[in-house]
Amino acid sequence: MSVSQTHGSGSAAAGEKPKVRLLNDPKFRSYIFQGVLVVFLAWLVWSMVNNAAINLKNAGVASGFGFLSNPAGFGLNFSPFIDYSETSSFLDVYWVGLQNTLVLAVVGVFFATLIGFIVGVARLSNNWVINRMAYVYVEVMRNIPLLLQIFIWYKGVLAALPGKRNSLDWGFLGQLNAAGLYAPKPVFAEGAGLIGWALLVAVAVTFGINRWAKQRQVKTGERFPVFWTGLGLVIVLPLLAYFATGMPVSFEYPAQGNFGPRGGMQIIPEFIALLIALSTYTAAFIAEIVRAGILAVNKGQTEASYALGLRPGQTLRLNIIPQAMRVIIPPLTSQYLNLTKNSSLAVAIAYPDLTAIFAGTALNQTGQAVEIIGMTMLTYLAISLVTSLFMNWYNAKMSLVER
Amino acid sequence: MKKTIVSAALTVATLGAAVTGASAATLDDVKAKGFVQCGVSQGLPGFSNPDSEGNWTGIDVDLCKGVAAAVFGDGSKVKYTPLSAKERFTALQSGEIDVLSRNTTWTATRDTTLGLNFAGVNYYDGQGFMVRKDLNVKSALELSGASVCTNTGTTTELNVADYFRANKLEYEIVAFEKADEVVAAYDAGRCDVYTTDQSGLYAQRLKLTNPADHTVLPEIISKEPLGPVVRQGDDQWFNIVKWTHFAMVNAEELGITSANVDEMKNSDNPAVKRVLGTEGEFGAALGLGNDWAYNIIKAVGNYGETFDRNVGPDTDLAISRGTNALWSNGGLQYAPPIR
Repeated sequence: MSVSQTHGSGSAAAGEKPKVRLLNDPKFRSYIFQGVLVVFLAWLVWSMVNNAAINLKNAGVASGFGFLSNPAGFGLNFSPFIDYSETSSFLDVYWVGLQNTLVLAVVGVFFATLIGFIVGVARLSNNWVINRMAYVYVEVMRNIPLLLQIFIWYKGVLAALPGKRNSLDWGFLGQLNAAGLYAPKPVFAEGAGLIGWALLVAVAVTFGINRWAKQRQVKTGERFPVFWTGLGLVIVLPLLAYFATGMPVSFEYPAQGNFGPRGGMQIIPEFIALLIALSTYTAAFIAEIVRAGILAVNKGQTEASYALGLRPGQTLRLNIIPQAMRVIIPPLTSQYLNLTKNSSLAVAIAYPDLTAIFAGTALNQTGQAVEIIGMTMLTYLAISLVTSLFMNWYNAKMSLVER
Repeated sequence: MKKTIVSAALTVATLGAAVTGASAATLDDVKAKGFVQCGVSQGLPGFSNPDSEGNWTGIDVDLCKGVAAAVFGDGSKVKYTPLSAKERFTALQSGEIDVLSRNTTWTATRDTTLGLNFAGVNYYDGQGFMVRKDLNVKSALELSGASVCTNTGTTTELNVADYFRANKLEYEIVAFEKADEVVAAYDAGRCDVYTTDQSGLYAQRLKLTNPADHTVLPEIISKEPLGPVVRQGDDQWFNIVKWTHFAMVNAEELGITSANVDEMKNSDNPAVKRVLGTEGEFGAALGLGNDWAYNIIKAVGNYGETFDRNVGPDTDLAISRGTNALWSNGGLQYAPPIR
């Protein structure tokens, strides 16, 4: 400021820009400093990469990504969708790890949201017992370290189950023992695809009915039981397809082998322990977010709803929750991200997730720490960014539409 | 403003220099800090295991003590870093430890791609299986359909995959990071089989609730030569670690023990004289004092002594010499002569 004052002579009119030397131009200076910073950062990153490469070479440590096509040679006990054997490559190990991380994260997010919403609403209940129970749940779950909770579920609860040869027999549901849940595995014969299509058609038709019912309600005020119609469609259409194609779905039940149950669909206890721990822990945080969201909606909204004659359930579903969602979604996103990242604690109890088998076993068998850790970090970053993108899109969709 | 930029640039420049210039001779580093930093297991009885007072014992620990005795003339100048199977090579590569003596199997991949060198074999092992006695399994070939607990990031994990695949047996692998977790999971009934090096099975069996309920199957499915590891590119340090083991084996062969080592100094046998440094300059060639081997034997004894003390028939592990006997007794332990 002082510069312009000393240079600005009396002749400088009010509208004219005072003549300033380029070096003293704040805009120019800020460009220079930003440019210097960018160049400096680029140099820093380059020199770090270069330094690592040179040192690895000097130390005689192999580098590069060629190892990804080498056979891994070790077995993995959980890969629900990808075929994996000992002859698969390290790249396959990566995909299996990613798959196991995502399966755990997606199922975990589902249950965490479900439990979180129920507890969050229960926390605001007028029923004293329900209210206190939800309160105790939140305080207990969120104040015990997650790793400890995983250990409690894994070593305290699941390890106490009977041994493999004395499984608890749950009949249709399968068998439960210390080596996990052996559930019946659906086997799809020819023609089973039609059932899937029937389900898709039922869902699509339900959506159509929903739209039509909304429009009709806006026009005429008449309501249509969309939920029950949809439920009926979703159940009846696939059932019809099932019988029409000659019942092509059967179940493979676990048989009794020398070492306990064999065959069927084994859900390993490591997965169950992690799923329970991650979803109950994250649910406690989600419950508090839901409570905060609901409390953020003015009480006048509830009173207005009641005045219009809506029942408490309808008030919650049609009025309060949609408004609360605007407050809930952003912090909910970070809980989803937390859950996904916390799933890497799997390494503590032998669940073969990305961190355990790729950044762990594969790293140890190949010794290529820099490449593998780099890939793993980028992968978690990508998962988190995609989750954020989706949640931002959903947030924008739910945000206040001004009419 | 200028001053801060200059000083910032200087800091960065010195940081960069510090990162690139970190590879001096290990022997000099060790002498400067006054102790050998030795990477060991997180507790494997007989090999490297802390007792109730925190003192480490075991055949792998004795090798570390031997190296310290060779360098300092004092076997107690060792500090231990307990490492999981997964962490061990990175710890050595990064210079966190000077020598890795942690029941580590010598393989081609590890020797050639990790920037590390194996300095001999101080225990010839092979992988075995342990099962509960009440399963009535007599052979590993009856294990089809079993679930197998093991350590992740080990040769064990690869061998078991090869063995079951080659014999067309089905199995489920459950791989934990820490040996203690593997034992706990096996003990809790998560797995039917526990597999690791056979010496390890005997050692870990002691940690089970009822050790007598478990049996080690006769099959040995792999070669597991276990030995100390050092960083590649420092031949002097490599030689010191290699010859520490050889000195212990040579001492056993020549009948030198920790008890009679002072007496043996007066021996007329030229081979004994060369080992104990009363003839020749073998210590100087290693960058050590001429009494290097004397110090090793004085501190930990010869190879046979460390074997008997840590894993031998009179210990809880009760392992016989077997393949680890001297070559002259039909075993594999053989050391090049000191001359």
